[in-house]
Amino acid sequence: MDNTGENKADATLDLSGVKCPINFVKTKLKLEEMETGQLLEVVVDDGEPIRSVPKSLKDEGHKILKVDDLGGRFKLLIRKGA
Amino acid sequence: MEIQDKSKLNLEDMKSGGFIKERKKDLFTVRLRVPGGRLSFEKMEKMAEVAKKYGRYGYVHVSVRQSIEIVGVHFDDIDAVIKELDSVGQKIASCGARVRVPTACGGCEYNPNGIMDAQKMVLEVDEKFFGRECHHKFKIGFAGCPIDCPKSSEMDLGFMGMVDPEWSEEECTGCTLCSKACIEGAIVSDSDGKPIYDPEKCIYCGDCINRCPTDAWGEKRKGWFVRVGGKHGRHPRSADDIIKFLPNEKVCDFIDKTVTWYNNNASGRERIGTCFDRVGLDKYKKEVVEDFKE
Repeated sequence: MDNTGENKADATLDLSGVKCPINFVKTKLKLEEMETGQLLEVVVDDGEPIRSVPKSLKDEGHKILKVDDLGGRFKLLIRKGA
Repeated sequence: MEIQDKSKLNLEDMKSGGFIKERKKDLFTVRLRVPGGRLSFEKMEKMAEVAKKYGRYGYVHVSVRQSIEIVGVHFDDIDAVIKELDSVGQKIASCGARVRVPTACGGCEYNPNGIMDAQKMVLEVDEKFFGRECHHKFKIGFAGCPIDCPKSSEMDLGFMGMVDPEWSEEECTGCTLCSKACIEGAIVSDSDGKPIYDPEKCIYCGDCINRCPTDAWGEKRKGWFVRVGGKHGRHPRSADDIIKFLPNEKVCDFIDKTVTWYNNNASGRERIGTCFDRVGLDKYKKEVVEDFKE
């Protein structure tokens, strides 16, 4: 089990109002600038974005450590995969 | 010059060979066998070459069942068309009252939604059953997942990949992504974020599994959801749901027994769904399906 309580994000990205698949593309581009193991925090909307972005991230080998419900939006803490 | 063989030309024989008579005298549509709609570049190039040489309309038709049809081929050229296509292993399809070339979606090799290998299965089924004579046409289709692009409910025999999800509490972090992923309402999160699963609402699509960040949701089993008796056409009929989780290794046996049952029970030019409506679905279930239930 990951101990995510104290994890601090190395970068953040607010994708409120950004539609699929642009939200994922932006997340991907940001992750490409980062090192393996670093943490990225993104905010995505409810609905299609919260259904699709986590799946695409998993497919590409990244790991979601934490999901916070912000009410209508979600904050995802992502650890960059290899 | 008139072809002497033409006097012997039997239209039904031509149809069994995938040559369909067109409006204009002596012109035929040549339907090509492309199981599952997967077409190598090599075959595509040869088709284009042959179509340019022998097709009279300047285009081909992409059929509803994933084949390429070279239109406007003169009767005299049919032998040459067959021979030239065969140089790359491209075969001709069929029409009429027989098992048709099976259709499939792209499958699971590159499509992220794919659960079962529709392309692999379609080749095996095409190899074993293509052209088998029946009372009427018999269409088989494979969908890799419950999104069901190949429309399993419209097939005489439709297969749709599905996965039974299984949850492990140990791995679960209570992130709630599974309940967000599940648009069927089969998963809701409790106050700790842990899933409450309702199998009655589950359509076995695997959305929970492929979104779970910790693999707390995994695969219990995979297999084919089987629908039988669907058709479109003049009198559309939606297929009956027959079996859940039929494994790959039982698919060909199931098709064999179903087609045999159809041939023994149908009357005249009757599709299998119409036969169900006449003799009762229970008869089919009792005589064929029972042996395949878990």
